[in-house]
Order: sequence, then structure tokens, then C-alpha cells
Amino acid sequence: MNTPYQIIVGLEVHVQLMTKTKLFCSCKTVFGAPPNSQVCPICLGMPGVLPVMNEQAFQLGLRAALALNCQIANFTKWDRKNYYYPDLPKNYQISQYDLPFSYEGYLDIDTSSGSRRIGIIRAHLEEDAGKSMHDESGRGGDSKVDLNRTGTPLLEIVSKPDIRSAEDAETYLRELRLLLREIGVSDCEMQEGSLRCDANVNIHILYSSDNGEEIAATPLVEIKNLNSIGSVGRAIQYEAERQYEAFQKDPKNYRFGKLLKTTAGWNEARGMTQVQRHKEEAADYRYFPDPDLVPVVVTAEQIEEVKRSLGELPSQQRTRLQAAPFSLSAYDAQVLTGQGRKMVAYFEEVAKISDPKSACNWLTNEVFASLKERSEEIDQFPIRAPQLGELINEMKQLGIKREKARDVYQKMLAENVDAKTAIDQLGYKPFDDNLLLDLIRKAIEGNRKAVLDYKKGNEKALDRVFGTVMRETKGMGRPDRIKQLLLEEVAKIEA
Amino acid sequence: MSLIEKTALEIRELQNNGSVTAEEIAKQFLSQVKTHDGQIKAFLHIDPENILDQAKKIDEKRKQGKALGALAGIPVAIKDVLCCRGVPTTCGSKMLQNFVPPYDAFVIDRLKKADAILFGKTNMDEFAMGSSTENSAYFTTRNPWDTTRIPGGSSGGSAAAVAACEAPLALGTDTGGSIRQPAGLCGIVGIKPTYGRVSRFGLIAFASSLDQVGPFTHDVADAALLMEVISGHDAKDSTCVNVPVPSYLAQLDQPIKNLTIGVAKEFFGEGLDSEVESSIRSALKVYQSMGATIKEISLPHSKYSVAVYYLVATAEASSNLARYDGMHYGHRTAQKKDLISAYSNSRGEGFGKEVQRRIMLGSYALSSGYKDAYYLKALKVRRLIKNDFDKAFADCDVILGPTSPTAAFKIGEKADNPLAMYLSDIYTISCNLAGIAGMSIPCGFTKGGLPIGLQILAAPFEEEKMLRVARMFEKQTEYHQRRPKL
Ligand SMILES: [Zn+2]
Repeated sequence: MNTPYQIIVGLEVHVQLMTKTKLFCSCKTVFGAPPNSQVCPICLGMPGVLPVMNEQAFQLGLRAALALNCQIANFTKWDRKNYYYPDLPKNYQISQYDLPFSYEGYLDIDTSSGSRRIGIIRAHLEEDAGKSMHDESGRGGDSKVDLNRTGTPLLEIVSKPDIRSAEDAETYLRELRLLLREIGVSDCEMQEGSLRCDANVNIHILYSSDNGEEIAATPLVEIKNLNSIGSVGRAIQYEAERQYEAFQKDPKNYRFGKLLKTTAGWNEARGMTQVQRHKEEAADYRYFPDPDLVPVVVTAEQIEEVKRSLGELPSQQRTRLQAAPFSLSAYDAQVLTGQGRKMVAYFEEVAKISDPKSACNWLTNEVFASLKERSEEIDQFPIRAPQLGELINEMKQLGIKREKARDVYQKMLAENVDAKTAIDQLGYKPFDDNLLLDLIRKAIEGNRKAVLDYKKGNEKALDRVFGTVMRETKGMGRPDRIKQLLLEEVAKIEA
Repeated sequence: MSLIEKTALEIRELQNNGSVTAEEIAKQFLSQVKTHDGQIKAFLHIDPENILDQAKKIDEKRKQGKALGALAGIPVAIKDVLCCRGVPTTCGSKMLQNFVPPYDAFVIDRLKKADAILFGKTNMDEFAMGSSTENSAYFTTRNPWDTTRIPGGSSGGSAAAVAACEAPLALGTDTGGSIRQPAGLCGIVGIKPTYGRVSRFGLIAFASSLDQVGPFTHDVADAALLMEVISGHDAKDSTCVNVPVPSYLAQLDQPIKNLTIGVAKEFFGEGLDSEVESSIRSALKVYQSMGATIKEISLPHSKYSVAVYYLVATAEASSNLARYDGMHYGHRTAQKKDLISAYSNSRGEGFGKEVQRRIMLGSYALSSGYKDAYYLKALKVRRLIKNDFDKAFADCDVILGPTSPTAAFKIGEKADNPLAMYLSDIYTISCNLAGIAGMSIPCGFTKGGLPIGLQILAAPFEEEKMLRVARMFEKQTEYHQRRPKL
């Protein structure tokens, strides 16, 4: 990076867990249901009702925490976070305060400058609030509240300030999303709000003044309202530059510790952050243990069981794909793993039949594009792994060139036929050595002069003969084999 | 035949042998309410038509030879803190004046399954905060033994209803003595079960870690009967413990052999009325005459009980009562120019003074900078209070003492002195903090004719033993048979 400062970022991510029901009642959690249709006296916070913890939510939390290499507390409790807001009908949120169920983990990400480990401070469970919709026309219309989301289980994952660039923040989020999807914890759809992210940003500047050189840190800004992974990156980049300018204007006072932490909203349309409020004015949440819920005890056996059920995680997959027998490049391994477990399994099957490098090329060059075009998942794709493997093998054996092979592939896809049938139907005849030798001998006859020139030392003269043979095979002959046979035939001719 | 002075078990027997019908029972108690509740003011809400309907259904069921529950045809008055589907549930507050819950509390469900007659909602201190029913937003209930005096609280309406023979049974809730104190002051039996013995689902929370539902009855056998109906596991209350419920009636008449009674010197200190003290001493002699051993014990941390209670209970209340903000249900102010004024005016208008006082106390105890010194310290002392009891119960079966330091006081006597009011619960509070079982039984009268209560405390889930100890005394005495002249 060529900037005169270092970006320091910590991310707070909230993901909705894929439970059938809410965290403390049996209401459904379907996205997009009519307003206030998924509510009951418990999530409405009516008098006298009591919460009961959803076991499945806790299990999903454990899965995520273990996949993030977190320590698991053997004793954890629920706390009340008290604040007033109409979309939180109890006027307290059940969350975890001083004893989160998991802490001290990490997530490894592959960045342009190699692998980086991002520390996780803690991951805890809490209930979501509802949604308020305010009249923004300025005419003072009624606000509306939809409590369908109230009580949906959320996992809050707080990273250490280990992220050093906007790009790394995006990579971290993509990796986290991939991981949580792969282990069935959350669908992580930022558009639907099942993954939300706040970014804590400041910068460190190497600053020279009369007092010598020092590293100056700017005040923290928490950026909210980030609706896509791209906007997280853009907001961080913008905010870093804004902070650098602010520091340049007032290097004495625009400092961490001198100014309070502020909250800013990201305005995607205008591409800028806008200060919302000073954090220290925020409410005193008066946390205390929720007396309606009992502490949760997690045993070593439970932890082992969850670990066993996790399966291979994306980072482990990447490592495996880079080792023998696959020996993929770091880039290829990253791209394949990024498509999920099913894609990796498909790749492995194709690679086993053909070879890893070709299998990977075919996937990244052709199959990904087809899937996108057809809006399909790999498990719905009509060309199954054995057929793609066969295509690759036929292509090699018959010496079918790239563009021709693509025609075969398109035919397989369009007509749902196997590789051999498609090749036959396209009239791509295989050329064995005898057929090739016939063509070569004819070409030598027709280009006597060129052959003699070659014999005299004009290396290039033979290209003409080679071209003639290639034309005759209509591009279906294997160039290397043709070249070899041609040289052998030419060698037999007396100069 | 007059039924109103009889116990639930007696009434049940008369029904079983065909002497009376549920409808006749209901009519007699409704008539008692009609005649006397104008003076006693035990009930906030009573629906005679609905009560007679319930009774007729029970009679019909009996006629058809269908199996009947343990409380078939027996009226049970309900403290207005317990949610009953389709019935106004106000919690003694203006805040919930028009609140009708769409669900039943667990104990109400149990009463319905036992074929009991749900016999109206009784008066209480607002949100169960008080010791006299003077904090009710509606009116003050009178002590049936002397209508110039309070019945105790917060379950004063339920206690007065049973004492005045307006219902044979009632349910109350006890957070710091709210069943035992009014039972004692009204000369009846009241039980605060072990924390977790009875589900709190549908009980409008005051202090969640202390609240329990329990019975008011004329005698110990009825209390055992009602305890059998309401106890047991409920998956909807995570704090409700899954411990089997013994038949409290089965062994009730068996005295406890080699009974050792703990007497804590801390329960006989300054502030204890001399008439109350001599009644308790006489009760101890009754037990001694039956062969019980009296053992002096100490509960050294009980002197902090009131202080700890008013931190823990108010802290929890400040959060439990946050939901009453006029947004989704309950009282909503007309003065709402923005969100904050809508909140503060709704709450300011809907809550009474004592409730507001406790919300402020609790919010303060939890706020940052004070939480360590108040709330968290209180939790530590609460643990020490529990340890005191654990130690004591290692050496004795039950602990006996006065339920309240004095007999019923005059209406208005302590209304302007919250601290004096708080001290009327000085002997009952530690039981809630420790989560143990406790009850009050009538053990005498003052010269002025006011009832005196004997408190019996037992280790967690030792209700059966506690009831048998209470029954031993009852069999030797006749205090439980007296009824006030109305
Ligand atoms: Zn619900």
C-alpha cells in the first residue's frame, strides 16, 4: 500500500441463525412474512410470559464458535440489556454480557499478501429486535413496527482490530459467510439482513513534528448501515481517507483518546460516511443476569460431538487442494473452495477421472459461467462429474482442441448427451496414427519443394506442410503428434 | 346448611356424598361476597354469571358420571397478578386497567384441569409491591378481624377473601412475604413454596428470582390439597425444577418423629411485639409437649435481608416493569409529543408512587458506577444468607418463628413511611432470598382479637415435612377454626 497511513479495522458481525423457531419462543422465523404474523405473547413481551431457550440455536452457536476456533465456556448465562425502543417490546434485550459462551478464536483469510489470521474476541448469542418504519416524508406520519423479527436468534461475532485494509475486510466477510453457510449456521444474506456488519475504523499515521517521529492514532469511528460486502470496503476506504484529512487539519487534537468514539452511517448513494452520534452519550444498559433463564453448562463431550459433525472447513479444504494429489495453486484452491463444499466434491470427482489441473480449468472457465447463466447450483447441473471427466479424457486422447471441445461441452449441456455421443454427432472423427500418416504423406507429396528447402536447412519451410495437415484434420488432429510423425516421415526422405 | 365456614375438603366431601351441588356452593359464596365484600373489598373483579356457569358444568359432569378433578366445584379466589384468559388482569395497577390476557397462567390451567371454580380476581398492592394493599390503584382491602386495619399484603385481597369466608381457597404470590404476612395477619394458612416448585408462567413478574405462587386456606389439610394441584414441572418456565411432587395429603397426619425445631435468635430481636412473641413461645411449648427438641440456631446474615431484598427485588422489577410503556398494550398517555414524552407520561400516569419509587431504586442499583456496590454486593450477601439456612437445616428439620413483628396495623399507619412498611416483612424476606419453603399458620390472638401467625421454614422441596409439622400444631389447637364476626 502506498498510503501514508495504516488502516486499523475491527468488525462486529451479526448473523441470524437458521433455526426453525425464535430464540425464546416457538414462533417461526421465515423471512418476508406479512408484518406481525410471526408473533406470540412471549416475543410480544406481554405480562407474565417467560422465555425458554431454543436448544437448536445454542447448538448452531456452538458450531459457529468451534468453526471459528473459539474457546467454549463450560458455564454461560443470559443477561438483560435494558433500553427503551418500540421494536423491542420488553424494553430489554436478552443477550450475553460478561460470560459469552465462546471467546478467543480466529479466522484465517487468504489475502493478496498471503494468509492472515484475524482474531475473534468473542461470539455470543442474543435475540434480534423488530423493525421500525418511520415516516420520512417529514409530515409526521405514524411510525410502524413489525415484530416478526423480534426474538430471532443472532450470533454476534466480534473480531479483534486485526484487519489492515478495506480489501482484507471484504475477504474476511466473504470467508466468514462461506464458513457459516458451509456448516449450516446461517444463510448470511446481507440483503435480507441475515448478515449485518458494523466496522470500527481508525488509522495509524507515521507523523513527524518538532518533537520527532511518532505513530499517531485517530479517534475510532463505528460505521453502521453497511448493506453489502462491497459497501463495507468502500466505507472503510472512504473513512480512512476522511480521517487522514481530518488529522492533517488538526494533528494535535484529532487523536485517539482526545476525541470520543463516534457512530457514523454509510450513505451508499453519496459514497460517504455521515456522523450520527457520539458513542458516550449512549444509554447505560444496566446489564444483569436474566432471572427467567438458567445458566447453560457445556460438557467436553458435547464440544467433541459438535467438532466431529463440522466436517472439512473451507480453510482445511484449501490446504488439502494445494497438496498432492491435486497440487492446485493457492489461487485455484481459493476460487474452488469459495464455491462451497458441493463444488469441491464435484471437482474432486472430475479430477480423479481426468487430472486436477484440467478439471480446475474446466470448472473455472466453463462450468462456473454456465451455472451463472442457468442460475443453477452445481448439484442441479446436468453435466455430472463423470461426464465432464470423460470429456476431458476424450479431448486429450483424440487430440481435440480447446474450441472444438467447447462445442462438445455445449452440445452435452444443450442436449443432455454424454461426451462420446456429442463428439460423434459433431462429426469430430478421431485421427489415429495411420490416418494421420496418410495425410502427412499426401502433404509431403504436394509440397516437395518445401520439404527440400527444409532439408537444406530452412527450418520454417516445414510449417507449410504442417499447416496443410492440420487443415486436412479440420483442427481435430493433435498438433504434437502430427509434428512428431511429420518429422519422422521427413527424416526418411533422402536429401 | 351453611358451607361458607367449612374447609375445601369438607365441602368436597359434602359434594361427593350428594349433600350439596357445585351450584349451591357457588351461590352461598357469591351471597357471602354480596353481603360482605362491600365492607371487606377483597375482590377487584368478580363475574357471578360466569361462576354459576362453571359450577353448573361441574354438576353436569358429575351427573354424567365423568371423572372429576381434585378441586371439583370448589371456589378458588385468584390474586389479580395471575393471568386468566379472557378475564381482566390488572395487577392492582391503573397501567393494566384494561388488560385482558389471551393466555392462562400455569396455575390457572392446573385449577381448570382440577375442575375448580375460578372465583374472581382479588385486590393487591400494585404489581405486588407492598405489605398492606394500600398500594392498590383501586382501593384498600380491610382486615376481616378489624376493618379499620390492613389485611397485610401484597396478597391482601386473597387473604381477606378466605378469612372472611368469601372463598374457601385462594391463590396468592409471595416475593418477600406477600402470602405469609397477610395469612398471618388474617389468621389463616399461607404457603410460599420452594423457588421452582410452582411454575411462574403467567404470573406477572415483580422480582423473577423471588416470586412464587402459593395457597391461602383455612387449615393445613386444605393447603396440602391446593399444593398438590399447583405444584409440578412446567416446560414453559425454565426456573421451574423437575422434582417429583409427593402426595402432600397422604402422610399429612403422621407426626415427624424426633422433630428438631430451629429457633433463630435473630427472629426475636428489637421491634418484635411482646404479645406476638409470647404467642410464638407458647407455640414452641406445644411442640415441646409433643416431644420436639428446640435448638437455638443463628442466621447471622439475616439482618441484611431487608437491605439485600430491596436491591435485588427492585433491580429485577426495574427491568420487568420496563415493558409497561404504553406502546403495545396498557395505559397510554394522551400527552405524547414525542417518543420520550409518550414513554414517561404513560409510565408516570400508569404507575403509582411505590412502584415508581422501586423502579427508581432498582435502576439506580444497576446503573454503571453503582452496580458493584449495590446490586452485585447484594447478590453476594444473598449467597451468604442461603448458606446460613443450608447450615441450619443440616441440624434441624424446620425453623420456627413469628411471621410478622406485629399483628395487623391500622390503615394509613405506615402509609407515609416506606421503611417502617418494609420492616413488616423482616422475618419473611430471607426465605425468598434463600429460595427455601415457608408458611404461616394461625397460632394465637392478641388481647384485641387480632390473629398472630407462626412462620415455619423448611429446606428446599421439603414442603411435605413442613406441612406435617404444621399439622401437628393444628391438631393440638383450635385457632384455625375461628372465623371473624363480620
Ligand atoms: Zn413468539
